[in-house]
Amino acid sequence: MNYFPDEVIEHVFDFVTSHKDRNSISLVCKSWFKIERYSRQNVFIGNCYAINPERLLRRFPCFKSLTLKGKPHFADFNLVPHGWGGFVQPWIEALARSRVGLEELRLKRMVVTDESLELLSRSFVNFKSLVLVSCEGFSTDGLASIASNCRHLQDLDLQENEIDDHRGQWLSCFPETYTSLVTLNFACLEGETNLVALERLVARSPNLRSLKLNRAVPLDALARLMACAPQIVDLGVGSYEDEQDSESCLKLQAAIRKCTSLRSLSGFLEAAPHCLSAFHPVCHNLTSLNLSYAAEIHGSHLIKLIEHCKKLQRLWILDSIGDKGLEVVASTCKELQELRVFPTDLQGGGNTAVTEDGLVAISAGCPKLHSILYFCQQMTNAALITVAKNCPNFIRFRLCILEPHKPDHVTSQPLDEGFGAIVQACKNLKRLSVSGLLTDQVFLYIGMYATELEMLSIAFAGDTDKGMLYVLNGCKKMRKLEIRDSPFGDAALLADVNKYETMRSLWMSSCEVTLGGCKRLARKAPWLNVEIINENDNNRMEENGYEGRQKVDKLYLYRTVVGTRVDAPPFVWIH
Amino acid sequence: MLSEEELQSNVSVASSSPTSNCISKGGGLKVHNYFGLSDSSSVESSTLSCGEDDKGTISLKATELTLGLPGSQSHARETKLDEKPFFPLLPSKDEICSSSHKNKRGFSDTVYTEKNWMFPEAVANQSVVKKEVTTNIPKGQLSTTNNSSSPPAAKAQIVGWPPVRSYRKNTLATTCKNSDEVDGKPGSGVLFVKVSMDGAPYLRKVDLRSYGNYGELSSALEKMFTTFTLGQCGSNGAAGKDMLSETKLKDLLNAKDYVLTYEDKDGDWMLVGDVPWEYMFIDVCKKLKIMKGVDAIGLAAAPRRMEKSKIRA
Repeated sequence: MNYFPDEVIEHVFDFVTSHKDRNSISLVCKSWFKIERYSRQNVFIGNCYAINPERLLRRFPCFKSLTLKGKPHFADFNLVPHGWGGFVQPWIEALARSRVGLEELRLKRMVVTDESLELLSRSFVNFKSLVLVSCEGFSTDGLASIASNCRHLQDLDLQENEIDDHRGQWLSCFPETYTSLVTLNFACLEGETNLVALERLVARSPNLRSLKLNRAVPLDALARLMACAPQIVDLGVGSYEDEQDSESCLKLQAAIRKCTSLRSLSGFLEAAPHCLSAFHPVCHNLTSLNLSYAAEIHGSHLIKLIEHCKKLQRLWILDSIGDKGLEVVASTCKELQELRVFPTDLQGGGNTAVTEDGLVAISAGCPKLHSILYFCQQMTNAALITVAKNCPNFIRFRLCILEPHKPDHVTSQPLDEGFGAIVQACKNLKRLSVSGLLTDQVFLYIGMYATELEMLSIAFAGDTDKGMLYVLNGCKKMRKLEIRDSPFGDAALLADVNKYETMRSLWMSSCEVTLGGCKRLARKAPWLNVEIINENDNNRMEENGYEGRQKVDKLYLYRTVVGTRVDAPPFVWIH
Repeated sequence: MLSEEELQSNVSVASSSPTSNCISKGGGLKVHNYFGLSDSSSVESSTLSCGEDDKGTISLKATELTLGLPGSQSHARETKLDEKPFFPLLPSKDEICSSSHKNKRGFSDTVYTEKNWMFPEAVANQSVVKKEVTTNIPKGQLSTTNNSSSPPAAKAQIVGWPPVRSYRKNTLATTCKNSDEVDGKPGSGVLFVKVSMDGAPYLRKVDLRSYGNYGELSSALEKMFTTFTLGQCGSNGAAGKDMLSETKLKDLLNAKDYVLTYEDKDGDWMLVGDVPWEYMFIDVCKKLKIMKGVDAIGLAAAPRRMEKSKIRA
């Protein structure tokens, strides 16, 4: 079977980088399995409780990069109580004990402590890259350990974490001899930064490509930083409050003109609207623009900036841009691939400036669009049908109508037909979020047409168990299904237990599943962890006889090869 | 919970002022109603409720110790009354108290009692005071007591909706708050802060913007942490705009109760309730902590910069 020596096969495998592909080739034969496992460099674990560190190390003894995800997605919206789990400490301890030469650690929605960071920084000599997304539990002291001990660190990328900012001197913990910084993102830190230490660090980092500053870095510091780092590719501006013609502003403009490699711009957490004009000289090269935190910039300033950004591929913006602004985007940004429009008014006060018209305009003007996240107040089936016709290439389509159960605002019909058109037209759709008034019908469409769908988010939708059944039966590639406030119950949950072995996880909250149903499921599927998250003391869920009627508030189930986890808090019951 | 007898006796110790104009019909005890326990929330009212009691009975409300957060029912006070606090911890405050007839705040709002949350509702259930409470408590107070768990009607929020990350919500809220003056737009969004409690196994988060005053915050926190509380204290649960009385602190400490504290922008831990809710507290509060009373000794009340403008006649 094998005509080539192992080394050659291994060399060929080096070109196979996607996790899915590597998983596939490892299934071909025993020999390939063995070669693949010794040569896998990057391991991706989508659910940290599906496996444990010991088994990871047994299978892949030589990996260099580990990606771990902890809490389920709905944890982002405060649906998972504090203390639920997702602790990285046992992983770092196990890896530290082993001989693995860890170089990169990427964590999402995990609990990280200063102790973990300290251990990490001391255990892996060649550690290069730390990426933390939506994590919590640590402080700037942990960052100080990383800065002090990781001699070869290249990336320190902190995205949207909750970090206890002790306003310490973590930035000055990078030794004077340290010059290998490539990425530094501390935009999520709330506290004051040691500007002197920051400037010196940037000045001695010739390889610095990505720099994202926090709110506490003022304009004059920004000007100096950019003057030190004209090679920068990705910039996150912190604070930008200054008079239009001040000296700092002029210095900044001069520095910006020299940043010919700049491709990505973000931040503007504290920003006066006029500041954007300083960036006009570099706009024509920008491929990524994230102004979704720039609440103070809107209207004409925004549009003027975007008019210069003809090469934009990724745009994250607030809905204050309005339908008119989206029309400008549609006519200017012909390369646009990904668009996210976030809500400014989170109380649902009805002040959204974007409607279905903006969405239609974008779909008409941007032929390469494949990813969209759109928050709006209203939608129509007609608009969605038009969008589907214009953009059959969607891979990710997430629409959030702010008011639950809201129908088509023109016809007062459910939005079944609109979403149906989307799934029918977009044959490569992998991720879908639905909203508005929806009946079981939309799920029939999804089950029928969304053959490639891997992740589906449902909220306040559906009528009966049939809706959920359509999805479970139809979407063969489903991996993550998350449902809230929808009338699906035990019948749907239990219809096909083996389906869950093909999925990563299922989340159901405020639905109709009962404790009895969950227990039955757990008995039928011992390879699943069926977690019931129950914060209220009132639900005496233990009492027999009531199980059939006792509704479960939050259910999270996932396949696992290592059984019940031992770190669950008291309010999580695992069957 | 302090018994009625104890309450009465405590009050009687202090009520030696001849200027008291609240004389029970029973004749014996002069009740010094400077906690303004009763319904007398209206500013203009100078008659104290104890006079309405049955013969010989001192109004329970009038004798109850009170402590509450600002936002508790205000208790009108006679300017003539000699308002010496029970246990003055900070002498200077006394002067401010007496000269500006500051109202003591309702006790219940800061104290988390065992099982029986001593809110106005609970007090109202006591037959002695029922009619006074229900007739005289202003509308705002009633809505707080009866619906102590619901946020203002305009913001009926569903948990986790819209599906926007808390990080994003907080970041936008901070930005908007800082730019309020520039745009003239009201601060939008939410402001989530962590709430911890000594002894509780896990923390919670609350959105400060969903409450209009200290009373609402404290009732919400009470609901969240009800399983963890110990200790007991009497209360009246009145709600109006009141300032913290440090004098009540000692009562708290003695009864081993909890106090609500917050960390401000400078990293200092302060007692909740001193500064105006809207203009100062929301801006400076970074975290909340429900501390054991004993741990709260020595906590400074926030400087009273704004109080003069908030004084009610």
